[in-house]
Amino acid sequence: MSTENLRIVWIYPDLLSTYGDRGNALILARRARQRGFPVEVLEVRSDQPLPTTADIYLIGGGEDGPQALGAQRLLADGGLHRAVAQGSVVFGVCAGYQLLGTSFFAKGTQYQGLELLDLSSDRGPSRAVGELAGEIDARLGLPPLTGFENHGGRTRLGPDVSPLARVTTGVGNDGTTEGAWRGNLLGTYSHGPALARNPALADLLLRWATGAQQLPPLDDTWADRLRAERRTAVATVRV
Amino acid sequence: MDAGRADPDGTLSVAISRVHWSGNLARVTDAKMPLRAKVASSVSRTAAALSRAAGRGDGSVIGGWLGLKIDPELLAHLAAGRAIALVSGTNGKTTTTRLAAAAVGVLGRVATNSFGANMPTGHTSALAKAGSTPYAVLEVDEHYLAQVIEATDPHVVALLNLSRDQLDRAKEVAMMAQLWRSALARHPDVRVVANADDPMVVWAATPPATHDQRITPPHVTWFSAGQRWHDDSWVCPECGSTIQRSGEQWWCTGCPLRRPEPQWTVDDEGVVDPTGAWYKVKLQLPGKVNVGNAATALAVAAEFGVRPFDAVPRLGDVTSVAGRYAQVVREGRTVRLLLAKNPASWLEAFDMADEAPTLLSINARDPDGLDTSWLFDVDFAPLRGRLVLITGDRAYDLAVRLEVNDVPFQYVRTFDDAVRAVPPGRLEVIANYTAFQDIRAELDRVN
Repeated sequence: MSTENLRIVWIYPDLLSTYGDRGNALILARRARQRGFPVEVLEVRSDQPLPTTADIYLIGGGEDGPQALGAQRLLADGGLHRAVAQGSVVFGVCAGYQLLGTSFFAKGTQYQGLELLDLSSDRGPSRAVGELAGEIDARLGLPPLTGFENHGGRTRLGPDVSPLARVTTGVGNDGTTEGAWRGNLLGTYSHGPALARNPALADLLLRWATGAQQLPPLDDTWADRLRAERRTAVATVRV
Repeated sequence: MDAGRADPDGTLSVAISRVHWSGNLARVTDAKMPLRAKVASSVSRTAAALSRAAGRGDGSVIGGWLGLKIDPELLAHLAAGRAIALVSGTNGKTTTTRLAAAAVGVLGRVATNSFGANMPTGHTSALAKAGSTPYAVLEVDEHYLAQVIEATDPHVVALLNLSRDQLDRAKEVAMMAQLWRSALARHPDVRVVANADDPMVVWAATPPATHDQRITPPHVTWFSAGQRWHDDSWVCPECGSTIQRSGEQWWCTGCPLRRPEPQWTVDDEGVVDPTGAWYKVKLQLPGKVNVGNAATALAVAAEFGVRPFDAVPRLGDVTSVAGRYAQVVREGRTVRLLLAKNPASWLEAFDMADEAPTLLSINARDPDGLDTSWLFDVDFAPLRGRLVLITGDRAYDLAVRLEVNDVPFQYVRTFDDAVRAVPPGRLEVIANYTAFQDIRAELDRVN
């Protein structure tokens, strides 16, 4: 950790907070505090400079216009690149995932991304809306991904990133793979409060940020019930 | 509800009175609709009666759907000659429509879609069922506002608010504001009653040539009913700059868009009209939100020449609206139903609810939107200290949300379990759309 507090920055909630994105900041903060880490959550608006010394940066989903504007401001600010160079953790969701790549499409135009992940996004043949599930990269040691996706883009991964998961339900990047990760950077199409349904993924981000090999387990009764219910719902739909 | 009641007029050919609108006076003359419209109107009413008799619903949609199949112009035919008000927005439109219909009722009979069936099929049903009336006040789904303005040639359109609502299928907020704006620009003769507190609404209500908000266009009347939800209007729809807020004021930091001075405001359990006169508003509906809805209703009625003094007593007669706010006694518990469909309306429901045991019920079926992410846009902290029960198809999503929000809760499988789990006295029920309808069905489709 960079300071005595675990610092979580929610990037541009005025632009990139379409649907419950606040949830990821709330869940990370709560799970860290339950393990005894003092936590500081900063909401940084798009007209403010981005602090470069935080431990975890969160980028949420957004409509086309705000996504393009957010990418431009992050490029001009440069703070996120400096933070990543120092080893900070970045978690991008949906539009926030796309803009971590080299390019993305918004309002029919190609925009330059932050080039932090080796991937690029294009307009897809149709909007992907619905439950999303997948088997997560075994090296991360996590249970299956579950979420809800709502995006028009499709994402091609380059050789320098690994897919986060292999899709079992839904579309994700392209119907086969979903999300991407490299080092301490991770992105997913599981939109909004993705960590609500994936507490183990939240703990992975916390382990990356704190350097802890293991974190004490928490009572995840309700999250486990939610995951089981969604697994059943997805299985029913597929039949 | 009175299942089995058929319309008194069962004949196939129905003479519909035509109303000519001039100023504040409605003159009623007899006229005949085209034969196709007459048949369509009659079929529409018969189907609605059958639907109710079969216990399949309010009959407020099926009839209109059949009627429009027979005559696509039916809505325009049914609307012709009536003096019409349309009420649209993300939240509060059913209640505001009901209150505005009560207020306009000072002048004469008012047709209205009081069951919340707010698409053209519902409007067709409502107008066909009402027969000839000089006035109509219609709630309109925000996606259909442009289409319904074209079909009904309204005298006045009320714009309440725009916020995120079921984004997995609804249009984005800014896009909706643009649709409204284009529709109104095509009809500069339509009077507009609009919410000065919502930047998206102000922008939509103001034609491009006059977007300098220091000049209010002559056909727009502004009301202030407060806005608890700001998270969809931080970015200016005109220029993309940040919108700043201070107290009730808001302004764009990059262009002249700013809060216009409202002519109708809410103050101390009452409504202030454009002359500065204050009227005490005693409602049976709970919450400050509904005083705001009453102010809007009075502003709409004033566009027809109704004086607030005459309309205010009628607002107090409204007890519940399509089950919303309805109270039912069940096993010694007084159950009150509150509908909350999206983040903005949840905040309002917490304001309306008493400090009493509260049941929250969440579904995510088609009419609700399949995505429950919005639960994290709602701060449930106002419920701390109350006995909170949760149920519904997606109760586990809610459980995870409440846990993170530090709101203790108890999970119950059914509505009946919830009733038994609370002490005698009041039980507040806050539910989203289909969850609300499920519980309303348990309570015998209470209205």
